[in-house]
Amino acid sequence: MPRPPPLSLRRARNDSTNTMFDVIIVGAGAAGLTAAIYTSRRALKTLVISKDVGGQAVMTTHIENYPGVDLVSGAEFMLKWKAQAEKFGAQFIFDEVSEVKKEGDKFIVKTGSQQFEAASIILAFGLTPRNLGVPGEDRFRGRGVSYCATCDAPFYKNKSVAVVGGGSAALDAALLLGKIAKQVYLIHRSEEFRGEEILLSQVKAERKIEMILDTEVREVKGAEKIEAVAIENKKGEKRELEIQGIFVEIGHEVKADFINSLVKLNDKKEIIVNKDCETSEPGVLAAGDVTDVDYKQIVISAGEGAKAALSCYRYIQKKNGKRGVGIDWGKK
Amino acid sequence: MPELKLTDDNFEAEVVNSKVPVLVDFFATWCGPCQMTGPVIEELAKEYEGKAIKIGKVNVDENPKTTEKYGIMSIPAFRVFKGGQVVDEFVGAQPKEALKAKIEKLI
Repeated sequence: MPRPPPLSLRRARNDSTNTMFDVIIVGAGAAGLTAAIYTSRRALKTLVISKDVGGQAVMTTHIENYPGVDLVSGAEFMLKWKAQAEKFGAQFIFDEVSEVKKEGDKFIVKTGSQQFEAASIILAFGLTPRNLGVPGEDRFRGRGVSYCATCDAPFYKNKSVAVVGGGSAALDAALLLGKIAKQVYLIHRSEEFRGEEILLSQVKAERKIEMILDTEVREVKGAEKIEAVAIENKKGEKRELEIQGIFVEIGHEVKADFINSLVKLNDKKEIIVNKDCETSEPGVLAAGDVTDVDYKQIVISAGEGAKAALSCYRYIQKKNGKRGVGIDWGKK
Repeated sequence: MPELKLTDDNFEAEVVNSKVPVLVDFFATWCGPCQMTGPVIEELAKEYEGKAIKIGKVNVDENPKTTEKYGIMSIPAFRVFKGGQVVDEFVGAQPKEALKAKIEKLI
């Protein structure tokens, strides 16, 4: 028979006001959802605020490297994680957090239309796709310029497309489009691809993919629809490729403006964390791609989310004069 | 389902000739972000049932004519119709609160 949570936590959890929580988790990707499972199971009244469910994982239909899972689509997988968090009592609000600040010994979290209070915060809002930053990109966004190959590839049956990027995501996109489109131009600004070797050899074997190296995109051109992309290589040679769509896979960045005075960031604007996912501000934990942990993978974010949740529990317990996680499987 | 199932056949009647504004979600069953948006649209359709707005979905695989007519090249894609015209459009998964805000402006 499991021990019931301590009285102070039970009171907090049964608090009928919907704006005060033990912890607010910003972001519902792999890190945020795992953190929500762990904080909820520790009887911390948990609110997850996120624009979306699942984060970057949702963009892929083939996850094959998550331990124990043979093959699953991102959307299906992350919906399960969300259901699991809800099962243990986590609450969700789908909105964009505009501000997080400290007030006394608690935190205020604002969205466009609402305001919440929490004793602690877990920042897990991940990364945002980088834009090319060239003329024509904004004009054709959603009308030929795409950041999700798995969503939009089918619209380019028998058409010509460009994929920009040098990592696994770009290689993946090129392979997917190679099966559907008439012609794929894979444009990368350096000589070597950073993506997984297994994908690169598949790309090289696909006749419909033309690799264009040492080259950058200068402009996306067209009248009503995309008609061409202007490119230039390192030697200054210019070319125009006739295409109907362009897939941007040049990596991600952190959009951290709303917390940049709350916690210390590194020069890439990632949140600096220690091994226990603690940030420079007591009571604020961070996990997942948004942190300065080098590798960005679902299983890593999940692990970091669990650590952040346990550190969060320890912080709240200590505030109430109690112990953190027990000796048999963690620090006091 | 509470949201309208819009098709090539009923689009004219339900959307273009509608007396109230219509929020249309263009989706496909294999698109990840569309799967995440689906439940949100359902909830909104339930919440705004009986109000001066219609909320519907178009499966792009099954309805090529409507998909082509409105230049859909990226999904999920949203189009807002008023008096038969597209008055707003946006692409990509939207948080529930953002969609609610757009709906509130219309009714």
